[in-house]
Amino acid sequence: MVAVVGLLVYGLASKGSSGVGVGDIAPSSALPNLEGGGTGSLAEYKGQWVLVNIWASWCIPCKQEAPALETFQRQHGGPHFTVLGIDSRDLTDDGRAFVRRYGLTYPQLRDGDGSAAHEYGTTGVPENYLVDPTGRVQLHVVGPVTEESLHDEVAPMLPKGKS
Amino acid sequence: MRARLALAMLAMLALLAPAAAAEQRASLIEIEKQVMCPVCGTLLQLAESPQALREKAFIRRLIAAGKTEAQIKDALVVEYGDEVLALPKGSGFSLSAYVVPIVAFVVAAIALAIGVLRWRRSGGGGGAAPTDSPQGEDAERLDADLARYDL
Repeated sequence: MVAVVGLLVYGLASKGSSGVGVGDIAPSSALPNLEGGGTGSLAEYKGQWVLVNIWASWCIPCKQEAPALETFQRQHGGPHFTVLGIDSRDLTDDGRAFVRRYGLTYPQLRDGDGSAAHEYGTTGVPENYLVDPTGRVQLHVVGPVTEESLHDEVAPMLPKGKS
Repeated sequence: MRARLALAMLAMLALLAPAAAAEQRASLIEIEKQVMCPVCGTLLQLAESPQALREKAFIRRLIAAGKTEAQIKDALVVEYGDEVLALPKGSGFSLSAYVVPIVAFVVAAIALAIGVLRWRRSGGGGGAAPTDSPQGEDAERLDADLARYDL
């Protein structure tokens, strides 16, 4: 009986997790790279600002925001900043085709079973998290970003000049 | 005569072989009943989300490539993880989904049997056993009542 109650409490607690918010440490579990084999993790970018973009190829708003993210990466990407894509609950080939179609040059990880999205507590795709050099979330955007929102909300938080 | 028999058997095999192959060929309808749409949290059969449509297209491609049902389910697990399967695998930790209810039932049945045995040994029911017949005043009153209603 105690075990059953314990399982129920655990189930409710795990379902009710509200996810990562501003000020929280961003999850940094290792994930397979979308291309090229091996694994990668947010932890590899410690000391940099990182815009974690959780997306999927079947998601229409993700298609709308991809060019804006690539433009932002080209403008600000460098030793102090990068966009980091996490392709979630998607087919590998579809994800790779998406990256090629939109000419995305920033690093991409694969989250086929959605475990990373679950750790972040996303409610859908796309969602974006700006993570500071210490690994804490400084900005959380639910839904797609645009060139304007990146310029107005993300760029001012980054070190001056090309990051 | 033997040659005719052999020809007849060959003809029968030629007719049966495609039917057998068709039976073994994987079917989208069957697989849809056994796998989930990970984004919707429902059986793929019931899902029409953009992710579900891509998953169905993936299954169709594998069917066209001649993959078996088991191979297609394995490929889906590689893409989406174990949770894509509607029923857990019968091995590893997932086996507990099948074993735990059986063990729980057996333990509950044993506990119930032990409880009933102990209850019966302790004189089950707890109340005093009735005497065979009324004694003293009760017997007299009973006799009087019976006499009153004696027809």
